[in-house]
Amino acid sequence: MEITLVETLPQAIHEVTAVGVIIKAVIILAVISAIAGFGTYIERKVLAFMQRRLGPMHVGPYGLLQIAADGIKLFTKEDIVPQNANKFIFMVAPIITAATAFIALSAVPVFPDFTIPEFVPLLGGVFVPSIASDINVGVLFVLGMMAAGLYGPLLAGMSQANKWGIIGSARTAIQFLSYEVVTGLSILAPIMLVGSLSFVDFNNAQSGGIGSWLIWQQPVAFVLFLIAGFAETNRTPFDLLEHEAEVVSGYATEYSGMRWGMFFIGEYANMITVAIIASVVFLGGYDADCTLGWLFIILKIAFFFFLMLWVRASWPHVRPDQLMWLCWKVLMPIAVVNIVITAIVMMV
Amino acid sequence: MSLEHFKNRNIGTQHYTTIDVGHTPVGAMQTFTQVAKRTVKGELFVGLWVTLREMINALFKGDMATVKYPFEKLPISPRYRAIHDMLRLLESGSYRCIGCGLCEKICISNCISMDTRYDENQRKEVSEYTINFGRCIFCGYCAEVCPELAIVHGPRYENASEQRAGFSLFEDMLTPIDKLNLQQEYDGFGAISPNADDNIKKTPLAY
Ligand code: SF4
Ligand code: SF4
Repeated sequence: MEITLVETLPQAIHEVTAVGVIIKAVIILAVISAIAGFGTYIERKVLAFMQRRLGPMHVGPYGLLQIAADGIKLFTKEDIVPQNANKFIFMVAPIITAATAFIALSAVPVFPDFTIPEFVPLLGGVFVPSIASDINVGVLFVLGMMAAGLYGPLLAGMSQANKWGIIGSARTAIQFLSYEVVTGLSILAPIMLVGSLSFVDFNNAQSGGIGSWLIWQQPVAFVLFLIAGFAETNRTPFDLLEHEAEVVSGYATEYSGMRWGMFFIGEYANMITVAIIASVVFLGGYDADCTLGWLFIILKIAFFFFLMLWVRASWPHVRPDQLMWLCWKVLMPIAVVNIVITAIVMMV
Repeated sequence: MSLEHFKNRNIGTQHYTTIDVGHTPVGAMQTFTQVAKRTVKGELFVGLWVTLREMINALFKGDMATVKYPFEKLPISPRYRAIHDMLRLLESGSYRCIGCGLCEKICISNCISMDTRYDENQRKEVSEYTINFGRCIFCGYCAEVCPELAIVHGPRYENASEQRAGFSLFEDMLTPIDKLNLQQEYDGFGAISPNADDNIKKTPLAY
């Protein structure tokens, strides 16, 4: 009898409950918002170092409290809605960006799963899963949600009665039309290899050490996905939507205070999401069995985050027509060829 | 590149080199070859390496360009024309100004205002001397015209103020008598040339 007891006990504990998911959602919201804030600090520091500057230095030790200062500024700034703007859409657009970014995060694995210790009142013994909702079409859902997030800039630009905003939203449409094909096609090849859309399956398929990472089998798809990911999060070299030198601030021209901040949080959350997808799909993901596995995936995510800043410091950005040219005439054919080759290799 | 190179405006005498930018591709085939070449050539990684190298240099080799301005300052040129100083004679410690009024006369923005009187020894002394730094354009004419090297430009350039008019008195600009040993000669406008001694000729007194 004792043996059955031991066997059934872990299963009872590891049941995903509604409370656990809610706790997970709160953790994601809190931690990712904090990381997004911290990300602005890291970005400023890294860009500064690459340009041989110091970056923020004077608020707190090494300028660390600059985040707090920025937060206070964003929260207390006047929320201006332009006179001729479509007020409702103008006010809702930033929420779309931020919300979709966090919804996308609900289907990717963030942090290891754990059980809240028994001594905690009320919540003791609740199992908190690593993925808030492990749906079996995870990849599709996340990509779809991130794509839906572009409605934020699109609507924001069109609703604000500002010519720079209009140009910004036109560029959003261009960008959207260009990269979305590449994202889908590039990630299709790994999906064919793994045979599943769930991130957990991706992780399990690559659990055999570095040699089993999908990047070795699909280097082209990896590069393509990375390029499309940069476009998806509208980072340099594809930051056409709000390039200051050309369109003032693009879709965000008329925004101020926290509404502008929401676009920012959304962008940083998207950066983290893309980094997580790239790490899980191509770089082996996490190893759920040991703590080191989680450390490794955090390192991988940090590397991708750093890569985005690094690229921003190094490369000039492309024109909208160059982006379309790149996506439709170069990347898409390569992605299709990659899929065909993958399919042939799988069949043989 | 030295200062002389920068100042050389005679176009054609400098050693310019043209960078080889290759040729613009003509036709679809050449365009395609160029794209294919650039795709595999890894030029983008050179760019990545440049920024990473700068970062490593800045962080670990102290090659940081930032000057934390109010706390540390870059040295300024000795010829820099900032807030004026009134110099003293090193031997006697009395001020060099003889009250000739040339600086007041030449000042193109009329911001020097002075008055003189006889002192108890019947020598001319400066009774009043102010410069309105709200008007001064720091042209350096006063320093150039001064026959005694008395009024010169000093190194104090932080002269932001809340008012448009900002007057400086003679006593404020005068080298403090206890800092006389620290007094610096000015190398800029009006300073004697380095080879001044060689150029001096004896004034013939007798015909
Ligand atoms: S620097 Fe020029 S403007 Fe200023 S006090 Fe001298 S002569 Fe006048
Ligand atoms: S500062 Fe020089 S130019 Fe001006 S009154 Fe005195 S001696 Fe003459």
